Amino acid sequence: MAGALTRFFKGAKPQFGIVGPLVNSNAVAVRNQQSQAQAPPAKTRGSPLADCDRVFTNLYGRHDWRLKAAMCRGDWYMTKQILLKGSDWIVNELKTSGLRGRGGAGFPTGMKWSFMNKPSDGRPKYLVINADEGEPGTCKDREIMRHDPHKLVEGALIAGRAIGAQAAYIYIRGEFYNEASNLQVAIAEAYQAGLIGKNACCSGYDFDVFVHRGAGAYICGEETALIESIEGKQGKPRLKPPFPADVGLFGCPTTVNNVETIATSPTICRRGGKWFSSFGRPRNHGTKLFNISGHVNTPCTVEEEMSIPLKELIERHAGGVIGGWENLLAVIPGGSSTPLIPKDVCETVLMDFDALVAAQSSFGTAAIIVMDKSTDIVKAIARLIMFYKHESCGQCTPCREGVSWMNKIIYRFVDGNASPKEIDMLWEISKQIEGHTICALGDGAAWPVQGLIRHFRPELERRMAEYACTYGPSKAERLY
Amino acid sequence: MLRQPLTRALTLSSPVRAAPLAARTYAGPPPPPEKFEVFIDDKPVMVVPGTTILQAAAQVGVEIPRFCYHERLAVAGNCRMCLVEVEKSPKPAAACAMPIMKGMRVKTNSDLTRKAREGVMEFLLVNHPLDCPICDQGGECDLQDQSMAFGSDRSRFTDIHFSGKRAVEDKDVGPLIKTIMTRCIHCTRCIRFASEVAGVDDFGTTGRGTDMQVGTYVEKMFLSELSGNIIDLCPVGALTSKPYSFAARPWETRRIDSVDVLDPLGSNIVVATRTNEVLRILPRTNEEINEEWLSDKSRFACDGLKRQRLVTPMMKDSAGNLAPVDWEDAMVAAARAIKDCPPNKLLAVAGDLADAESLVALKDLVNRLGSENTCTEQYFPLDGAGIDFRSSYLFNTKIANIEEADYILLIGANTRFEAPLLNARIRKAFVHKETDIAFIGPKVDLTYDYTHVGDSASVVKDLATGSSTHEVLKRLESARHPVVILGADQLKTPEGAAILAYTQELALRLQDKLEDKNWKVLNVLQRTASQAAALDIGYQPGVGKALQDGPQVVYLLGADSGVVSRDQLPKDAVVIYQGHHGDVGAGMADIVLPGAAYTEKRATYVNAEGRAQQTLVAVSPPGRAREDWKIIRALSEVVGERLPYDSLDEVRDRLAEVSPALVAYGDVQDNNYFAQARALSQSLQKPVSGKVDVQLKQLEDYFMTDTISRASPTMAKCVQAVLKQKQSQY
Amino acid sequence: MLSSLRTGVQGLLRASSRSLQTSSALQHDSLFVHRDTPEDNPKVPFEFSEANQKRVQALLDIYPEGHKRGAMIPLLDLAQRQAGGWLPISAMHKVAEILKLPRMRVYEVATFYTMFIRRPIGKYHVQVCTTTPCWLRGSDAILKALTEGTQCAVGGNSPCGKFSISEVECLGACVNAPMIQVNDDYYEDLTVEDTKEIIEKLKRDEKPKAGPRSGRFASEPLGGLTSLSEEPTGPGYGLQDALKGA
Repeated sequence: MAGALTRFFKGAKPQFGIVGPLVNSNAVAVRNQQSQAQAPPAKTRGSPLADCDRVFTNLYGRHDWRLKAAMCRGDWYMTKQILLKGSDWIVNELKTSGLRGRGGAGFPTGMKWSFMNKPSDGRPKYLVINADEGEPGTCKDREIMRHDPHKLVEGALIAGRAIGAQAAYIYIRGEFYNEASNLQVAIAEAYQAGLIGKNACCSGYDFDVFVHRGAGAYICGEETALIESIEGKQGKPRLKPPFPADVGLFGCPTTVNNVETIATSPTICRRGGKWFSSFGRPRNHGTKLFNISGHVNTPCTVEEEMSIPLKELIERHAGGVIGGWENLLAVIPGGSSTPLIPKDVCETVLMDFDALVAAQSSFGTAAIIVMDKSTDIVKAIARLIMFYKHESCGQCTPCREGVSWMNKIIYRFVDGNASPKEIDMLWEISKQIEGHTICALGDGAAWPVQGLIRHFRPELERRMAEYACTYGPSKAERLY
Repeated sequence: MLRQPLTRALTLSSPVRAAPLAARTYAGPPPPPEKFEVFIDDKPVMVVPGTTILQAAAQVGVEIPRFCYHERLAVAGNCRMCLVEVEKSPKPAAACAMPIMKGMRVKTNSDLTRKAREGVMEFLLVNHPLDCPICDQGGECDLQDQSMAFGSDRSRFTDIHFSGKRAVEDKDVGPLIKTIMTRCIHCTRCIRFASEVAGVDDFGTTGRGTDMQVGTYVEKMFLSELSGNIIDLCPVGALTSKPYSFAARPWETRRIDSVDVLDPLGSNIVVATRTNEVLRILPRTNEEINEEWLSDKSRFACDGLKRQRLVTPMMKDSAGNLAPVDWEDAMVAAARAIKDCPPNKLLAVAGDLADAESLVALKDLVNRLGSENTCTEQYFPLDGAGIDFRSSYLFNTKIANIEEADYILLIGANTRFEAPLLNARIRKAFVHKETDIAFIGPKVDLTYDYTHVGDSASVVKDLATGSSTHEVLKRLESARHPVVILGADQLKTPEGAAILAYTQELALRLQDKLEDKNWKVLNVLQRTASQAAALDIGYQPGVGKALQDGPQVVYLLGADSGVVSRDQLPKDAVVIYQGHHGDVGAGMADIVLPGAAYTEKRATYVNAEGRAQQTLVAVSPPGRAREDWKIIRALSEVVGERLPYDSLDEVRDRLAEVSPALVAYGDVQDNNYFAQARALSQSLQKPVSGKVDVQLKQLEDYFMTDTISRASPTMAKCVQAVLKQKQSQY
Repeated sequence: MLSSLRTGVQGLLRASSRSLQTSSALQHDSLFVHRDTPEDNPKVPFEFSEANQKRVQALLDIYPEGHKRGAMIPLLDLAQRQAGGWLPISAMHKVAEILKLPRMRVYEVATFYTMFIRRPIGKYHVQVCTTTPCWLRGSDAILKALTEGTQCAVGGNSPCGKFSISEVECLGACVNAPMIQVNDDYYEDLTVEDTKEIIEKLKRDEKPKAGPRSGRFASEPLGGLTSLSEEPTGPGYGLQDALKGA
């Protein structure tokens, strides 16, 4: 679920005071953009990348992932020099790049790292890398960890230097056993080559990288739940404030970043923040891994420029929708928690943070789930709600009780055994969950339902009418 | 204020995330808290940094509904009932956890707030069984009350008719707590209490999501002496009292404020009665003593008040069996025995539960008859200063001040079972104030870590003389607020006087060096509720010497702990027993005068700190039993030495004459004359070689210690259950 | 069984205005209380093997002093691997002992995470992802093929004792849907035939080839690369000025 849940973050960063939402993170990004001296004319859409501009050059595992081969592809090149440039330089480079967190929330990474540059109170600092990839539709970090693990290890070192951390914990979901073992080998190679550990890369900086395997809980993708989980507890999100930057892992200041964010940072430092910011529309810069799954001819993971049109992405890389573009019903654009968008929106929408917010959805993890006209759309969303019901940690009331209630209702909607009045009730229940929970899992569960009702209400009503024709009025009709 | 900077609270393995703001070692000197202004419903409030919205609202009398929040437990923030609108924030904030910021405007009654509450309320009720008619929590249920106040006016649970509600298996956590887990709303208060206050980490949540349940996972009894408190903490009827189940609805009961006498602390209680029957006992908040907790014995032994009672005067018949007689006959027989007895052969012994009024009456009577032989069952060394100074036998630090202590030395006092709520305070200090504890005595489980300094009495001597090389001495000497607690069990031993003398020496040596001149270091923890008052009134501690003289008449005032037995008395001695339970004392008596238990009389008790408190009449004494001081007053008339008081007020005037402290209800005076006591005890510092032992070592020892708890079937079940649990693998 | 009966009854009564009120038992794939069984009770001894004891130490080493509890999940996982794919209660007790924690804290963790199996399971634990992306590409058929092929109900063990099947949530291989996980390995891009072949091989204790079955290597589009067809750039490609000559 990665940072899809950290979307919360956007709103409330302690450094802004408690009324965080006052400060729009987007606005800050704009300022960064403007501060560039000779900014090129702002792009209005993204276009296909050239291979030489892709960050993840071994995404498909066509080359060796081990250290020697990774170095041939340019990993670990001049890492020492980057480290020696110092924390401010790295953070600044990230700020210039306009990189926004790739785990779903899209919080500007450079700014997140700069929160850690407070005067030390003697506590160690930690970097935690969120590899608990579990949001349905999302499978990008897996490719990085099994095919390009050295990008991640190097990124951990650079990010660790930027925030002044003494160690990084990579929290990888337990099911990714083989990915974890590749990563572990890469770390061992890096230790052996003196790239991390004591005096990492001969920079005089000590840095450790540890792998911590999870054990099957989507909620551990929420940053504070993840911290709890590393501490050996149930993965139940913490109350915020205090935020991890104040009190995080083992009670120490901590930054939690997604794998893709971290793995991108060495390339940004090497090629420059300006290079990275030359991709994508303003405030949505860079390149991004897209997962295209569902009803497409050739599902795949691909790195593309931000702001690329959805249609182009699907047709160019995923072989188009099964049965042709006209057979498209709807797309879930950013992982399961984002509201679906119907075909007419898909025609033109760009794949970036702002465009999808404008389309009443969200960019999330950029995991595109395509559904063609053969799809039982209600069942598809119901299955997602079942997922959230199963993955709710059970800590706070709205999510524990509300999501299972929604699950019951929506499964009746699949058959149509419900009253049309219940559609509004379901909408209201989803609103009662959204924003009332400790973490953002509740929001994530509420949005797909809202998307369904927003765009497919006639379908729901049709099913109910059909059911009433066949079996007589639903029992719910009389009860509610 | 919200989450204390505690490294120990961090290690609390509760599900609670009491996250520290800074680790202790790194925290600099705290800046003086500067108040700032915030607005609750447009009312300005000045608050200190770290105040939560909920606390700020409470300052202006705005109560925010809550289920999981409890001011004595860590913040969980999981029920979401306390959501309130904060201006300029798109989402409502959890008032219990959100620190309020300067200038923040909180709206506790806006549409957004009301809607959020209504939503949470509805969610809580989705799977709550609504079996209120058969729920023991009915009438005092937070869910019920808040549903009424903040809930919706109609139900939308159509799904119940399709798929029903969640059902959760009940747990067996022992003979005191009945669990109906389907009713649980997962507030986790019980879990937090068990882990933070009781120190018995057996509760937790298993599973997740809608299947999450609160419980013990394995079948295991809640092995705590404070377990009953989770019944009060539970906001719904998931945890209710097993002995009280289906006994009454709360609105049928009459509630009388009273004081507990089953341990030396004098916890404040409420006695709930119906038709002259004590149904249950609940704690009453007193920050100085029990906060809002109550120990299990004090809470659940009340069914012992209905069993084994002496309901009529009795006398031994010709066959040697006790037979019911009229009050008159019993009185005349008793008076005759007393009158026939040479004054120096008359002995009065006060037991563990005797109240101050009857104590003073009995002493006055015995004195008027020319005898000085009034003593208590519990011993206290009379050498040196003896009981001349109150400071020598009281808990001088005071219970509440334990929280301020930074180092505590326990000498042969198993506070966990001798005074459970004192132990809860020590644990509180241990958890939240980084207080360290050292213990001299056998290894026992105090629910917190302590430095074990061995069980040899000579350790006390070494510490007192400063010859010890143990780190404990250094810690004590460097402590700013050290506390030394000596268990009364130690005073009984042949070396008791020496141990007391060394303890005084040690404590006073520490006290003299303190910056805080008002801090008291020396404490003697009495074992019983009557001892402090008896010593104040002038009873001699212990019966040893008086028994050697071969008394002819022994008047036992509730003396049941067995220190007086028939074999120690001359064959023809007459034993008069006055008390409320047929126990050891009545068993050896020739004449039995039925008295009243603490729930049946208005009486004064002085707790271990020296704090006078009074019980009130909750029910009338059963049968022909009477209030104790009245029995003695009546007897005095028959004996012909009429005591000069006819009403309770007059008795209390007499008490005030003896010592004003005895009627200064609720107050506790500061004790002094430590130096004099120390000086007088110098000569008693003799070599010691014994072991320091405690009487109550295990939980099963705790439940039955006095006549009431020995008569209680519930306490008997507890002992059995604990023993059974010990056989279990879990 | 009961619930299906109830649905049947309700179906019959659908037309009438009053229906039989029943409250349904909660259905979940696992039980969140412990019950002693002959295989799983605290008397069954559990001790980490010598090799694993070294691993235990290594795992403990990666957490700072005072926070050794962090090793809880790795230790439970290790115990589960040693005990044959499931986690007996005595193993939980062992972990509690190593970490010096109350046992309840271990129970909490063991019941929270779905990868800890608290009942004996077969040699091959087959986990089928049925979340939406896999469902869209036919995971229902895969699940059916599995239950038929192994004679094993979802959430149960096969009669031969070799297989256990679980329906699980997203396993994070969505572009390779539908997929299953057998113990530690992913089998992706499955068809019903592939699934049957995998079962047959496992029945013979052969190791089927893990990974995508459609002929692709990983997550690239099938039938020809649309990106990354060029050789990767070498070190220093596009190096920014600030680093040049540094």
